[in-house]
Amino acid sequence: MSDAYGPLPRKEDARFIRGQGTFVDDIALPGMLYGAILRSPLAHARIVSVDASAASAHPAVVAAFTGADLAERGMAWMPTLFGDVQSVLATDKVRFQGQEVAFVVATDRYSARDALELVVVDYEPLAPLVDAGTALEPGAPVVRDELPGGNHIFDWAAGDKAATDAAFAAADVVASCDMTYPRSHPAPLETCGAIADYDPVSGKLTVWSTSQAPHAHRMLYAALTGLAEHKIRIVSPDLGGGFGAKVPVYPGYVCAIAASLATGRPVKWVEDRSENLMSTAFARDYHMHGEIAATADGQILALRARVLADHGAFNAVAQPSKFPAGFFHIFTGSYQAQAAYCEVTGVFTNKAPGGVAYSCSFRITEAVYLVERLTDLLARRLGMDPAELRMRNLLRPEQFPYTGPTGWQYDSGDYPRALRLALDMAGYEELRREQAERRARGEYMGIGLSFFTEGVGAGPRGHMDIMGLGMADGADLRVHPTGKVVLAISVQTQGQGHETTFAQLVAHELGLIPDDVEVVHGDTDRTPFGLGTYGSRSTPVSGAAAVVAARRVRERARLVAAAMLEVDADDLEWQEGMWRVKGDPEMALGIVEIARAAHSALELPDGIEGHLDASAVYNPPNLTFPFGAYICVTDVDPGTGEVKVRRFIAVDDCGVRINPMIVEGQVHRGLADGIGIALMQAIAFDEIGNCLSGSFMDYLLPTSLECPSPELGATVTPSPHHPVGAKGIGESATVGSPPAVVNSVVDALAPFGVLHADMPLTPATVWLAIQEAAQACGSGPSTGRPAPD
Amino acid sequence: MKITVTVNAVDYARVVEPRLLLIHFLRDELGLTGSHWGCDTSNCGACVVWLDETPVKSCTVLAVMADGRRVTTVEGLASGTRLDPVQEAFAACHGLQCGFCTPGMMMTARWLLDNNPDPTEADVREAISGQVCRCTGYENIVRSVLRAAAGDGGGPA
Amino acid sequence: MQVPAQVEYEKATSIEAALALLARYAPGARILAGGHSLIPMMKLRLVQPEVLIDINAIKPLRYIERAGGELHIGALARHADLLASELACQHFAILQDAERVIADPVVRNWGTIGGSLCQADPSEDLSAAFAALKGSMIIRGPDGSREVPARAFHTGPYETVVGPAEMLTEIRLPIRPGAGSAYVKVARRAGDWPIGAAAAAVWLAGDRIADVGIGLTAVGAEHFVAAEAEESLRGQLAGEEAFARAGQIAAAHCRPASDQRGPVSYKRHLVGELTVRVLRAAVRRARGLAP
Repeated sequence: MSDAYGPLPRKEDARFIRGQGTFVDDIALPGMLYGAILRSPLAHARIVSVDASAASAHPAVVAAFTGADLAERGMAWMPTLFGDVQSVLATDKVRFQGQEVAFVVATDRYSARDALELVVVDYEPLAPLVDAGTALEPGAPVVRDELPGGNHIFDWAAGDKAATDAAFAAADVVASCDMTYPRSHPAPLETCGAIADYDPVSGKLTVWSTSQAPHAHRMLYAALTGLAEHKIRIVSPDLGGGFGAKVPVYPGYVCAIAASLATGRPVKWVEDRSENLMSTAFARDYHMHGEIAATADGQILALRARVLADHGAFNAVAQPSKFPAGFFHIFTGSYQAQAAYCEVTGVFTNKAPGGVAYSCSFRITEAVYLVERLTDLLARRLGMDPAELRMRNLLRPEQFPYTGPTGWQYDSGDYPRALRLALDMAGYEELRREQAERRARGEYMGIGLSFFTEGVGAGPRGHMDIMGLGMADGADLRVHPTGKVVLAISVQTQGQGHETTFAQLVAHELGLIPDDVEVVHGDTDRTPFGLGTYGSRSTPVSGAAAVVAARRVRERARLVAAAMLEVDADDLEWQEGMWRVKGDPEMALGIVEIARAAHSALELPDGIEGHLDASAVYNPPNLTFPFGAYICVTDVDPGTGEVKVRRFIAVDDCGVRINPMIVEGQVHRGLADGIGIALMQAIAFDEIGNCLSGSFMDYLLPTSLECPSPELGATVTPSPHHPVGAKGIGESATVGSPPAVVNSVVDALAPFGVLHADMPLTPATVWLAIQEAAQACGSGPSTGRPAPD
Repeated sequence: MKITVTVNAVDYARVVEPRLLLIHFLRDELGLTGSHWGCDTSNCGACVVWLDETPVKSCTVLAVMADGRRVTTVEGLASGTRLDPVQEAFAACHGLQCGFCTPGMMMTARWLLDNNPDPTEADVREAISGQVCRCTGYENIVRSVLRAAAGDGGGPA
Repeated sequence: MQVPAQVEYEKATSIEAALALLARYAPGARILAGGHSLIPMMKLRLVQPEVLIDINAIKPLRYIERAGGELHIGALARHADLLASELACQHFAILQDAERVIADPVVRNWGTIGGSLCQADPSEDLSAAFAALKGSMIIRGPDGSREVPARAFHTGPYETVVGPAEMLTEIRLPIRPGAGSAYVKVARRAGDWPIGAAAAAVWLAGDRIADVGIGLTAVGAEHFVAAEAEESLRGQLAGEEAFARAGQIAAAHCRPASDQRGPVSYKRHLVGELTVRVLRAAVRRARGLAP
């Protein structure tokens, strides 16, 4: 029996290559209506009046809803995933440009769009708060005047302040930097949407939606509508990407539900791209001040960070409730630091809500960016090669499991091996030689490193919860009499290949081929409860649940096999996909025969009722800690500021790889993310809160021309606590790659004296950085160019 | 306004508003939901189909402009049950993850290979440079197209 | 996805028919060619014509041909046609340089030269190229044809001299000896609108610049032309000194605006830098060298 792990082509591809995927907007139900949302053009304003009567009179319009209409139904406000509330349709104020104000439902989508123009809204503009840095100043516009804290959301700290301060005081060298991780957006190619279908006769509400967390959505809708949880069914069909953007519940979904409840007809709402970029979960927006303390010969002693977190108008972060700043306090990264301390302050602004999305691993993207930039700055300060500095400070294999200065317990890793492999693959010494030669010719190339540790697979019960719900995940395994298996899981694929990798996991445990395992997901009527797919948790948590369930099936099969072979259960051992009699391996039975027998008239042993089916709920004992070493080579044109990424070397360790082809595909994506985030993607606002990035003309995504062919390497350090030693991988490359790109560009510009520049490193930003550095160290051109506008 | 459009070799006569976009005509009017849409500004290419012999972004074409013309969508790539080598290559090379950009990518790939049977990697990257993928980082899409080129007319790849 | 407002539609199968429809429906009518400038604007409802006059069936308007001492480009020529035209590239390498960086291959399949020029976006690449080449536009109306120099075609952002009852039918480019041309564009990403771009056409007499055209895109240059920079070059020895001076003058005279692509200081610097580079490339080509 060949091992089921390996680069198996995907089962789900058969429908996609034929154009037969089923995405939400592909679905048409009889009598279905189309909804469209009227959104606020202003970032901050009081609502004086909303008049939808003209829209309602449009011949194709069936219904129109305002905030007041929803308020009558108790649906104008809804809970967020982090204990705040969010407006569904504005009642008192609008708090960000693009906020939902009215919902119009028509018989076709073009008429719904036309009817939006007939809704009359009277706004009284208010001064907007756009700069998070001024949110806590006296006199700042107040976004949440209904809350006691005004613009202040939280203060949070981690680590040992006294020990950290002492380490800094005693250090030979301290390097510090202000750096911003700009607001960006995952922008999955399929926008968000839902079809709400309430059947007044059965009282059942079915919602087809782009949801990465169907069961969590079901709970929220039950609370919001008053419908019983078991009368609500959420179906996530095929999702065209998610990347965290499809975790939250969005007002459009709730509006569709309200409209279906009111009309008794299915109501579809699918957002435009501009709505997606302007109103759904953004990512990052962390303003960080970081410091690193070290000895003169490059031993890192301590790290310190102070962060201002811009959460937008509502606190809608999707992350474990005890961690308002997510896992940011993993910011000591992959290095031995004796002490660390961080403080994070969260504030509201007049922008869309969100913050945790886009493969951030709950803010580990921000933490890794900070520590990897600081490490490079330290290397510059010490005149040390950045690879050498990292090698000097990386945690050693014998230190695992490692407990860091902010409480994280990393499970396993051989960091130096991964870094060495990356350096070898890159031809690091040769690259440095080439760099020196080019500099002599006035050409500027950069070599940027990034070493990251991720913590994924949230999370242990008691330690982590979302809305008070434990982050365990379930798996139900049903074994048919012919030995075919159906695995129902609670996570939801958006392209990661769950239908294939989970089949491989179960097939491996049961001695079957993956084709004999059908994976069911995304339908709350057919799958066990779970909190959804994000934070790279599918393999660590749901995968573990599938394995545990499979092993339970296998143990039940052992009992049946023993009865069939008339031996004791202890006389059997599992070898090469079958239960075999010890000492007589040819006396063997596979799952197929055993399943048939379990359903037959065979006298069954105690504990077996007539089938092999089993369930499991997996409560992870810890996160898993994938890691990697990345190297990015760039060429920079100082005359124009243009950056070209020439090479991207990525060594990843995600423990045991179930399907290496799928793993590599995840890394490919993350490297492209890094190029986009580092060089071109940012959600920008003007001074009065107008979103300047509301389309793909302005929110730029990398194309095939910006992304070089990546060079991938792998090491395998199994997770000691995961049933098959696997760790997560989905977000790793998005975590590790932006710092590699930024470090590379800054390295290229080192001869100009550039120490840092904030993302995105557009041509203008790069050129300005060169000018500012030249002015700062007085070695610039003699034209006396005035300061940039 | 009455139009007649031949889509995947089938003639369709329909009455449409002049403003109806071709992508909506294909998806909503004809039920051919294999082509997708992903943006407002003609940037993403999820909607790429062939209009006569050339790939176009069907979100930027009115259905009335296709009157009397031929349209080919992803549903027309296979011949009956026989997949096009491009489709086979995408599946073999993990050239898709969520599958949303895939129909558009494959239509452009098919057109590239029809006109340039032996493209370089640079040719492939240039050909798909107007289409966005958020899942694959483009690498396996490029490999898929090169694999299809190698396999086309030369037996199994 | 955003969708257009209601609109009426007419199909023209000849130039005469198109002109008749324009006359009937002006000023609320718009010519629909490739639609790749117009339809995006209609979807965002920034533009709401009453009537669209589809001219895609007027096959005689789609050509690229030599006529005497000129290259004639029909207004319905697609961007892909121009990019692939050996005839055009042979005489005007600048056109291939520019087309290569306009939008993307699929958009170029359907967008037309005439449509792009008439949209008159200040960031549109061909405008500066045709201005540098000192071409002219043929405009047909109810009273016949008229020829307008490329440098007078645009009257402001999104405004041309084409009247509501007229249509652009042809672009003409004079073929003169000793020519070399080039286009250099800087954008934030492949296919993006330019942050700034420079177009140059030079005609050499020996080592001297007998005539020159410099076009600038997206930086507020009047009629897309760097007239003062051109003036500084006429009669000069074609070399780095002249290029550098022209670059400084072009940078000083353009009027870029600060926006998400960059502040004024950067754009002004870019104009200087790109003017030098594009002149260098054009001169090398005029000398039969690779740019």
